[in-house]
Amino acid sequence: MQYLLMAYTDEKLWPTLPVAEKEQRFFAAYGAYVEALNRAGALKGMNRLRPVAEGVTVRTSEGKPQVLDGPYADSKEQLGGYFLIDAPDLDAALAWASRCPAAEHGAVEVRPIFERCEEL
Amino acid sequence: MNSEGDEQARSTADLVARRSYGKLVAFLAARTRDVSAAEDALSEAFALALKDWPRNGCPNNPEAWLLAVARRRAIDAFRGRQRGEAAGEQLRLISDGFAEAEAAPEIPDQRLALMFACAHPAIDSAIRAPLILQAVLGLDARTISSAFLASPAAMSKRLVRAKEKIREAGIPFRIPARDELPARLGAVLDAIYAAFTEGWTDPAGADVIRRDLTEEALFLARLAAELLPGEAEALGLLALMLYAHARRRARRQAEGEYVPLAAQDPSLWDPQMMQEAERLLLRAAPMGSIGRYQLEAALQSAHVFRCRTGEANWPHVVQLYDALYALVPSPVVALNRALAIAEVDGPQAGLQAMPDDPRLAEYQPYWAARAELLSRDGAAGEAGHAYDLAIGLERDPAVRRFLERRRAALPHTTNRAN
Repeated sequence: MQYLLMAYTDEKLWPTLPVAEKEQRFFAAYGAYVEALNRAGALKGMNRLRPVAEGVTVRTSEGKPQVLDGPYADSKEQLGGYFLIDAPDLDAALAWASRCPAAEHGAVEVRPIFERCEEL
Repeated sequence: MNSEGDEQARSTADLVARRSYGKLVAFLAARTRDVSAAEDALSEAFALALKDWPRNGCPNNPEAWLLAVARRRAIDAFRGRQRGEAAGEQLRLISDGFAEAEAAPEIPDQRLALMFACAHPAIDSAIRAPLILQAVLGLDARTISSAFLASPAAMSKRLVRAKEKIREAGIPFRIPARDELPARLGAVLDAIYAAFTEGWTDPAGADVIRRDLTEEALFLARLAAELLPGEAEALGLLALMLYAHARRRARRQAEGEYVPLAAQDPSLWDPQMMQEAERLLLRAAPMGSIGRYQLEAALQSAHVFRCRTGEANWPHVVQLYDALYALVPSPVVALNRALAIAEVDGPQAGLQAMPDDPRLAEYQPYWAARAELLSRDGAAGEAGHAYDLAIGLERDPAVRRFLERRRAALPHTTNRAN
């Protein structure tokens, strides 16, 4: 089964971190996490997202597109990145989520992905 | 009536809940084989107690009061579900023995029988520990699911299914006969130990829920050792857990950083707990039935001795691992044995003794151990890669930082593999 692990963190904290800690988090912690996911053959895709302020939200209302600056939902912690993984079951996906560095300084939401044609 | 009586009623109910919850569930469920119904009846009884006791004062024997109410609720619930003659027979069975129990000064302790039912071979081994934690201690699914890293909804479902299985398969509530006791006791002890190690993965005890779980598991181990004082392995498990628990404060620095065994300050160990563990092992030894938990406790004892005296007892440790491996040929035991061999014959010998088992591929301690031995052997590049995997597989941030420091201390011949 595929699962999307969504890393929610407070993006305002990132610019305040000293360079050494940024490097530690990025290279040592996330780098090692990705390495472990890869070796297990679990990683299907991942990305880090730019800040929510750079996001734009589009919705069509009465046939007319409405375009708004900023995120769809405002929250204290923001979606900052994701890992798309392959895991035998939810428990295995939760084990990967618990190892994600974002679980320490934020939260990781685990969402199972619909199998093709599973439900319409 | 008034807030004072209210408070007293609540604190009495709390006390009874903590002390006798499992006893009452065990007593009710032993007759009906219906753990869920026993839990439901008991939670209704506790709710009623909180309403009644402040008005009418706490009863002299709160346990008997709760049992009487819970029993009526259980019978009502049973009548609601079943009809016919068979039901009449069942009802007699349920009612049997209640009157004597309510009159007796002490309700018979059937918690051990409840534990044997929860750890029955027909019950999926992964749910045995959560089931015991819930049935004997009354922990809710949410608390249990965090410790076992499962979703609360999924954990609830598994618990319900396991209780249905107990009822429908007619799993007996009794302590097994002499000849089958060792194997069946093993399953109970394994479940208790699983509850303990899950609680133990948070050595700082920063997470209140997890820390409590360690204490709860210790309570269960004590219960098993008290109720089966002639079973060497029950004593061995309690000894093992006490050794581990005695070192809990030394495993973290004041700032929360992780401290490995070799670097721990023995003065932070709990001496009373360790003495109790030693005594348990000495009591178990003459019983002449050595087992996994006594050997693991003996290994703890050897580590403690070495750290206290500075006397390198690694050959002795290797011997103990040999004996343990003969009993439990698991890759994890082989891994720890390899680490001890490295202390005696050097890192190369340790690396050669390391098990090559696919089950270890996502096991953090395997990669941390490998990294350690590779780095001692001068293979900094490979060690760095092994550290990466260990860091990526670790869920405790403090242990992650510890491994990151170890990795950063490697000589700078090679950097990141990619």
